[in-house]
Amino acid sequence: MAQRIVVLVEHLYGEPTDVTFELLGLARRIADSDGAIVEAVLLGEGVRHLAETLPAERVILVEHPALRYLAPEATAITVTGLLRTDAPRLALLPNTSLGMDVAAWVASALDWPLVAYCQALERREGQLVATAQLFGGKILADVAVGTSPTVISVLAGAFAAAALEPAAPGTIEVREPPAELAALRTHAASLERPAAADVDITRAEKIVAVGRGIESKDNLELAEELAQALGAVVAASRPLVDAGWLPRSRQVGKSGLKVKPKLYLALGISGAPEHLEGMKDAELIIAINKDPKAPIFGVADYGAVADLFDVVEALLERLGG
Amino acid sequence: MTIVVVMEQVPDVAEELAIAPSGTDLDRDAISYVVNEYDEHALEEALLLAETSGDEVVAIGIDATGELDQALYTALAKGAQRAIKLTGDFEGTWLSTRTAARLLAPVIEELAPRLVLVGVQAPDDLDGQLAPTLAALLGWPHASVVVGSELVNGMVRVRKELWGGITMLLELALPAVLGIQAARQAPRYVPVSRVRQVMREASIEVRDVEVTSDLAPVPVRLRFPEETGQAELLTGSASEIADRLIELLRARGLL
Repeated sequence: MAQRIVVLVEHLYGEPTDVTFELLGLARRIADSDGAIVEAVLLGEGVRHLAETLPAERVILVEHPALRYLAPEATAITVTGLLRTDAPRLALLPNTSLGMDVAAWVASALDWPLVAYCQALERREGQLVATAQLFGGKILADVAVGTSPTVISVLAGAFAAAALEPAAPGTIEVREPPAELAALRTHAASLERPAAADVDITRAEKIVAVGRGIESKDNLELAEELAQALGAVVAASRPLVDAGWLPRSRQVGKSGLKVKPKLYLALGISGAPEHLEGMKDAELIIAINKDPKAPIFGVADYGAVADLFDVVEALLERLGG
Repeated sequence: MTIVVVMEQVPDVAEELAIAPSGTDLDRDAISYVVNEYDEHALEEALLLAETSGDEVVAIGIDATGELDQALYTALAKGAQRAIKLTGDFEGTWLSTRTAARLLAPVIEELAPRLVLVGVQAPDDLDGQLAPTLAALLGWPHASVVVGSELVNGMVRVRKELWGGITMLLELALPAVLGIQAARQAPRYVPVSRVRQVMREASIEVRDVEVTSDLAPVPVRLRFPEETGQAELLTGSASEIADRLIELLRARGLL
């Protein structure tokens, strides 16, 4: 029997998320290189119709009310059961909020190796090598993937999405939900959409984004002034939002919003992978940071290794601020 | 009743990092360590929960750096009632998440807490995040990327952040494990003088533990990301940089 590469289908509000197709694309490329087959694991409630949209040879479908929102406990238990039975070569999960709760739980429960934060997975001299992005994106770790079943949690946005192949829909295999789902200790899962925000940063043409380098809440005024002078809005990286300096609606990145403005001026943002995920597609990225090794310079079009306060003040002088 | 917070020290990624000659770890001699920023949030959330519930907060950490005392004394100064340090033959090594979870699980079980709070992730989580790894070992329900929690009727009600401001609301039976993304308020500040006072008055409990097996993946090679697509650097004084930026923005019709 051909080896299997299993992909967990992430979905939200009835739609598979982008990362699902990225994982299926990645699985396809690996499978093509070694003759494996790609299986999509689709968990949920009333999601059967999604099975036909998934480019995979086979879709394993498990439906249960507790799986409706892919809440951690129910999803982890179900995935563990499937993997224990099927022992695929690889299980690919997204390293997202939903996926990270499942990948590490499952790998720990099965005692299988897990490579997290994977941004590349390729065959090198016959050996499958996973590359993990660690230490705030400053270091990459190449890990040899052994031949025993391995779980890999994959960064969103790191791989090209799979082409949809409507001509060859996969077979759907319905599995019974595990008995443990009747005795869960997690209840009342529901989703909540964000409250309407004062500013929609996803629609802004120009963004002045501030990070930890801004140092204090009072200094946000300077960013606000520059934004006004440029006709931009102020957004922030996660630490500032966590500190309560700006509302969540201004947060760019993995757990915040994805933005694609014409101008993204990053002030004092180091560029953790989670942040880059939310802004790397901006048309023009300019970064100002004291640290010449800040990963933000890897995605920026222009950069300056400088004190952001000096540069902002000089800009304000020129813009008549 | 008890709330356990796990405190971990991690390399300060704001500093320059160097790779050890072996190529499989950072150059530990050249690293400065800081408390994992998410663990600071986990501690804050635990202290906030305990202020309402009256639980005892126990800070626990594995001393892989030889420098954990400072972090634990700071936790005590902030309001934790107990601090426990796990020591062993692993100082100066890169402990995998799985190994850390295996060292922590028995000690946590013995403490019989109703909640375990852990930072959602750490910069060196090559084999995944601690909260779900630990939850699987303990057999307790869990959620991570938690941005708010509340103890209600023998359950913990949590807000788990997905993305774009969408959150999942969950109720977990106790005991439970939470991976904290952000406390409800910024981690509290404690003056150094208070930490010093605690160092004189309080003590850290020490437990010797042993690493038995480690199934975590081992990096065959650490490397710096290739500098492809590196930004074109603008140099000179702040004024010169500002001039160039204005020029760039004008040229693109952005001004």
